[in-house]
Amino acid sequence: MGTIVSPLPGIFYRKPGPGKPPFANEGDTIEVGQTLGIVEIMKQFTEIQSDVAGVLESFEVAEGDMVNPGDPIVVVREG
Amino acid sequence: MAFEIKNPGLATTVQDQGRVGYYNVGIPQSGSMDQYSAELGNALVGNPATDAVLECTYLGPVLVSDADAIVAITGAPVEVKVNGETQPQWTRLQLSAGDELSFGVIQGGTRYYIAVRGGIDVPEVLGSRSTYTLGGIGGLNGRKLEAGDVVPVGAPDGDLPALEVMPEPFRPTFAKEQTVRIVLGLYDHRLTDTGKANLLNGEWKVTPVADRMGLRYSGPGVEWKEREQPFGAGSDPSNIVDAGYAVGSIQIPGGTQPIILHRDAVSGGGYAMVATVISADMDLVARAAPGTVTRFAAVSQEEAIVARKERAELKTKAWEAVGAKP
Repeated sequence: MGTIVSPLPGIFYRKPGPGKPPFANEGDTIEVGQTLGIVEIMKQFTEIQSDVAGVLESFEVAEGDMVNPGDPIVVVREG
Repeated sequence: MAFEIKNPGLATTVQDQGRVGYYNVGIPQSGSMDQYSAELGNALVGNPATDAVLECTYLGPVLVSDADAIVAITGAPVEVKVNGETQPQWTRLQLSAGDELSFGVIQGGTRYYIAVRGGIDVPEVLGSRSTYTLGGIGGLNGRKLEAGDVVPVGAPDGDLPALEVMPEPFRPTFAKEQTVRIVLGLYDHRLTDTGKANLLNGEWKVTPVADRMGLRYSGPGVEWKEREQPFGAGSDPSNIVDAGYAVGSIQIPGGTQPIILHRDAVSGGGYAMVATVISADMDLVARAAPGTVTRFAAVSQEEAIVARKERAELKTKAWEAVGAKP
């Protein structure tokens, strides 16, 4: 299992904007470098990218929740 | 020599002790948010306290030095990496030409500092190298760093201090809870007793809406006394006729979420300032990450002045501890 953590604090979003589809969903095949969500802090949006390849197992944070640096965001089943 | 910026990080800017003397015309002081940490970085690399450093916020840069360089990383705890290998913080580090400096995930606090022997050598604007991004002045072209930037480093000036490491007692803590000392006024008389009690006894949490301009807190909220708003003031009871804002002053728009104005804040406006953070605690506020639980403790102006003196003495002792001259 690979855990993708947030490198910074902020508000987590799964979508690039309101009304748009999520970057990724449970069960999706994920590639290294693929964007899985964004974290908003100081009016800036930082993309959270996967550093492993595999299948997206679960989101550990809900849309609009606050995250802290080091918090797990996504679990990816590697392979 | 220079640093080549491979990745700028979230909001990396050039900062020094600030641009003092133009607040009356609406130009805030800017400067390192955590002055204490920034200055002790300069101490470790043999710089004067006035030299400019790089301020990194949450996500640090990836940079390459084009020549041999001496650096020190101070401030918030973070993994420091030279060519991918972990190196200590609060310690003088030798970089060789071509070495890459990068950072891991921040482990607390908000900002860390890269001090380099010789200082960051961007032109002074109105007497300071500090970046004021809203006004687009100072620093490197008046903005935060971008990939591809070349950040000039000045020539060394002075000797390296005897010690390479800042002794532990002089390093600040980056706690999840803080008590911030404030002096009440000018408009605390506009709060009801309950409102004032909430401000002073309540637990306030730093929200993600926090940057160099100010920090917004969530908590119990406050109550204002009812009054007929004077001519020129907005209709909300938290409004006043426009007035100058003290650096560190606390306003509570709508009475819900207090905002502490910090080093890049506006110099005036129409919100009642219920209190002002004492100057000795402004670095502490700057270290608060979102979620930090904060209590406000009222002190007298005399106590604030004593605290300012104590902070200055601690800083002097830290310089002396490594054998450097402030």
